[in-house]
Amino acid sequence: MNTIAFTAAQHRGKGPGIGRLARHELSLAWRDLYAMLSANRPGRGMRILLILAVVLAGLHLLAWMILKKPIEAGLVVDHSLLVTISGMLLLPLSLMLSQAMESITRAFYTRSDLELILSSPTPANRLFVVRMLAIAVSTTALTLAICSPVFNILAFKAGTGWLAGYLVVAGIGLAATAFSIALALALFAIAGPKRTRSIAQIAAAVVGAGFVVGIQLVAIDSIGSISRIGFFRSEQFAALLPNSDSLLFLPARGIAGDPAAALAVAGTGMLLFLTVVFLLSGRFGKAVVQAGSVDMTRSRTRRSGARFALTSPAATLRHKEWKVLLRDKWLISQTLMQLFYLLPPAFMLWRGFGGNSVPMFVIVPVIVMAAGQLAGGLAWLAISGEDAPELVATAPVGPDAVIRAKMEAVLGGTFIVVIPLILPIAFLDMRAGAVALFAVCAATMSSTAIQFWFRSQAKRSSFRRRHTSSRIATFAEAFSSILWSGMAALWIAGGVLLAVPFALIIGALLLLVRKLSPKGVN
Amino acid sequence: MMTHALEIRNLTKLYQRPAVDDLSLTIPQGEFYALLGPNGAGKTTTLKMVAGLLQPDHGTISILGHDTVADPLGAKRVTAWVPDEPMIYDRLTPLEYLEFVAGLWQVDPERARQGADEILGILGLEAHADERCEGFSKGMRQKVALAGALIHDPRLIILDEPLTGLDAGSARLVKDVLRERVRQGCTVILTTHILEVAERMAERIGVIANGRLVAEGTLAELRTSSGNANGSSEEASLEEIFLSVVARSATVEPEREAAA
Repeated sequence: MNTIAFTAAQHRGKGPGIGRLARHELSLAWRDLYAMLSANRPGRGMRILLILAVVLAGLHLLAWMILKKPIEAGLVVDHSLLVTISGMLLLPLSLMLSQAMESITRAFYTRSDLELILSSPTPANRLFVVRMLAIAVSTTALTLAICSPVFNILAFKAGTGWLAGYLVVAGIGLAATAFSIALALALFAIAGPKRTRSIAQIAAAVVGAGFVVGIQLVAIDSIGSISRIGFFRSEQFAALLPNSDSLLFLPARGIAGDPAAALAVAGTGMLLFLTVVFLLSGRFGKAVVQAGSVDMTRSRTRRSGARFALTSPAATLRHKEWKVLLRDKWLISQTLMQLFYLLPPAFMLWRGFGGNSVPMFVIVPVIVMAAGQLAGGLAWLAISGEDAPELVATAPVGPDAVIRAKMEAVLGGTFIVVIPLILPIAFLDMRAGAVALFAVCAATMSSTAIQFWFRSQAKRSSFRRRHTSSRIATFAEAFSSILWSGMAALWIAGGVLLAVPFALIIGALLLLVRKLSPKGVN
Repeated sequence: MMTHALEIRNLTKLYQRPAVDDLSLTIPQGEFYALLGPNGAGKTTTLKMVAGLLQPDHGTISILGHDTVADPLGAKRVTAWVPDEPMIYDRLTPLEYLEFVAGLWQVDPERARQGADEILGILGLEAHADERCEGFSKGMRQKVALAGALIHDPRLIILDEPLTGLDAGSARLVKDVLRERVRQGCTVILTTHILEVAERMAERIGVIANGRLVAEGTLAELRTSSGNANGSSEEASLEEIFLSVVARSATVEPEREAAA
């Protein structure tokens, strides 16, 4: 039970304090996290710990491999290093902004235990202060966990001063949360409770990918490369920035071991967050209550929707899949998120038509990777996210025909997105175009097959949490997309003889994944 | 000889224990049949096997002469299944939903269009025919699901708790529609916990307990057999009969298990 136990004093009107409410939120968050990590299966604590330890060790190894060379060369805190650190900080900043916006939007619209607590003698303000705090903690904790291998390796090899990075990231996390809360509330006031959800979620996704993609676009334009680090270290970029004493470099100086700078960043973040909590917790509460009283469903009238034309069951199924997907803005925003990552290769291709050389072995793998991921999402929606599985299962259509039609719907959806990129590739380099087409087909079909083997009925609204139902499926889908994009790169750079063994290995891995899929699934 | 609408022979489905245990049942065409039983008795499992949603571990099911294992598509072509929780597409309108169902069952488009207008009219959904189902109440969703079951003119309609959550007006409408279909020669099988529905509408009633068919017949036949067993009044209500049959089966079951 996650309800709050009230004492006699609380019944006299005091209600539980912030500490008790925070404990309640923490307990819910922990259970949520555990359910996500354990794929909702009990008794997996030790296994999860072991996996986390292995992942953490792997990340430290990776950080060591990346940082070894600059550490051995001696890290000098100069303008160039400060520029690089500041540039690299944009990634966690965008991640935290995106995550905070996403969490705030969820807090607006998730009812869960809200009505129970609001109907109790608990002062509403206390609850919303705790919820805002919870958003800040969850936003910052995840980014700190991701950044920790870099800070640890730097502290171990280049001096403990680098541990100040934790303080800087925490400060940035608090500032990002404060900014996101203010932005979401402004959006709520301008767009209203009905539209804020979609707008904020799309904005969160754009912010999350926007910085990375934006920097890549600028990098392509200025130095002709997709590499972010290369761009940050370039003279062109450094020339645009102020000198090392500028406040712009305060976070970078803090990370590089300047304790005063680190404390200044952390203090500013805390001050911003507390100001927002003090000024806006009341509005936050009002927004949550207002969001709960609005009917989020829409009953739009569309006269020309049904045509009653004679089509095959397969065409009927394909048509339904596309129609249902196209009408769900939130799902479209989620599934097409990969499109953002296609912008840099698309830009490179565009430059290719202007006479610049196009590194096909860089562009094609990005497209293959995006196609595989997009297909995985679409396949989950079509197969596991089917809204009326019993209707389809009781229809006079064989299960093979149903699944074939759904796969066709997924392939069709993916191709609509990637063909506009494959065509210019083929125009510039016919061989690279053929490789891209083959690899996109392979990645798309592999992702769809994996979703089919690991299908498990779920609500479409659980799309974001689809990875929790099977870790094997999640990793298999990611690896298959990565491996097919690797194969495409090898084929373009080294020829078909290099690619064939690679493709055979992927095939063998897919067979293994199929063997690991749940038995008895028909 | 006329083919039965549904013929079940020695049907068994095992989970940890038998959910359906050697069940046999025959329902002639054009009959309104109610399947009753306490929670967990095996009603839904039985009907899901009939609808082709679950594979039997043992036994056979024949729908209008089509064996559900040997000729599943033939059986599905003449059957409609309406689950207790209406499964429809929030992003489609009722008319589009019916178009989708008609496409799956390959109904002639002209006939489907006319049928859709007619069914939506009967069920009082014509004003909402072009609205997406996402804002519909449970009753409206149930009616859309029922419309989907009727659009392909099935010869056997199976409904699992079709009246749960419906207001009195909607429940009356659904009952009238089902009665009319039976009058036209269609066979209807429904499970319900509302015994009054079974009492008033069903020509025959079957009672399932512990996966077995423990009583079956018309209301009068059930009264007689229940009266003989308990010495109770011949005017006993279905509720009294049902409770006594279930209680009797609960005492017989441990004896049967001990003997086995």
